[in-house]
Amino acid sequence: MQEMMTAKAKELLQNGTVNRVLGWQAGEFVYDITPAVFETAEELDAGFVYNDFCGNNLSKYLIKESRKEGKVLAFLKPCDTYSFNQLLKEHRILRENVYVVGIPCDGKTDGETLKAKGLEGILGCVREGDTLKVDTLYGEKILPLGEALTERCKVCRGKKHMVYDELLGEEGELQGSARFDMVEKLEAMTPDERFAFWRGELSRCIRCNACRNVCPACSCEKCVFDNDASGIANKAAADSFEENMFHIIRAFHVAGRCTDCGECSRVCPQNIPLHLLNRKFIKDINELYGDFQAGEDTESRAPLTNYQMDDVEPGIVYKRGGKG
Amino acid sequence: MQVNTEFKPKIVAFCCNWCSYAGADLAGTNRLNYPADVKIIRVPCSCRVNPMFILRAFQRGADGVIICGCHPGDCHYTTGNYYARRRMTLLFSMLDYLGIEKERTRVEWVSAAEGAKFAQTMNEFVAAVTAMGENKRLEDLRCKK
Repeated sequence: MQEMMTAKAKELLQNGTVNRVLGWQAGEFVYDITPAVFETAEELDAGFVYNDFCGNNLSKYLIKESRKEGKVLAFLKPCDTYSFNQLLKEHRILRENVYVVGIPCDGKTDGETLKAKGLEGILGCVREGDTLKVDTLYGEKILPLGEALTERCKVCRGKKHMVYDELLGEEGELQGSARFDMVEKLEAMTPDERFAFWRGELSRCIRCNACRNVCPACSCEKCVFDNDASGIANKAAADSFEENMFHIIRAFHVAGRCTDCGECSRVCPQNIPLHLLNRKFIKDINELYGDFQAGEDTESRAPLTNYQMDDVEPGIVYKRGGKG
Repeated sequence: MQVNTEFKPKIVAFCCNWCSYAGADLAGTNRLNYPADVKIIRVPCSCRVNPMFILRAFQRGADGVIICGCHPGDCHYTTGNYYARRRMTLLFSMLDYLGIEKERTRVEWVSAAEGAKFAQTMNEFVAAVTAMGENKRLEDLRCKK
């Protein structure tokens, strides 16, 4: 796949369709992938990679890239195209300056996931059928894909691209996903259990703002959390609520716009399952206001900027299921 | 000297200028009683209420937050309360998901003619929050110093 992509990038650079390429390059470690811009064929040969660690969603980088001179080639995986569409809808990306090449994806892994399986000194990995063969300093280790993939890839919603100018490989299909399972499990708990669960998770937050910085939906030019006067601009030493507030507000700000790309959980250095907050909003929106997938198209109105005369009353929250 | 140890909740009520605030006024002119624990904040419209206002109120020590607006269809700005309705539904559902007592939040539609409903709503809400006791899950410890 990587050769095919490099060849396509070189071809488009050469015939002048684009003047630079947005892709991935390896960092210090093989699993440490960084988005990068390549301007020449030599740079592509030297640095461009596409492998099982390339989980980064490149859509957000196009906000800035599409405002530069000339056209940029962007390689987008199926789930990245949702974010791309959502940003188009919000007029954040200049479509005419982007040439989207859709690329197939069969799930990604990442350093954290493999390390959590006890692997150290990771040197690379190869797919072998339903397993992932990981090469490490201490020998080879074979993991079933079910264990090696990241959480978001285990519950992948489909391999279909929502938008592209050109497609490499075959177009995939949408597929059913069990992504709300954990949300349902939490909903079935008592409020005390839920509170304990979330305190356990959210109190680890160090307020590094990585989730905000990587989130394609969090692309406001001025962010409410950068305001020192807000009282929640940074981590407070003796506060048990500040992280809750940050994460509730952040999830609320992206509600109806979150495409569930899962980048927030991927980048979290404390491994907080932030996607569970976003998925709760998505699930509620689907249940209360009809199925909605942000980024599926560029026309529909977002649920929170829309209404129906006969929407449910807020009182529904008190009446419906769950204990307590 | 006797110290009053009875728990008195702090309730913040966001009332829209056009309906509920006038409703509260009517409750007053009709001499209807409702607890003094309710602190009313006047807003132009129920959709002016930013979710952050609600969390901030809790953070600074409120024990309950109630939002009052015009009945759906009667908004002074035509559609404001329809948006507020969706926002608050989702926000309250999220608070519940995080294990915060959902009974501490409420939305009620009170028109300018419903002074009696305003008083009754506040009485019920204050009673419910008093029964639950102090808000411990959302407060900011720094505010206790």
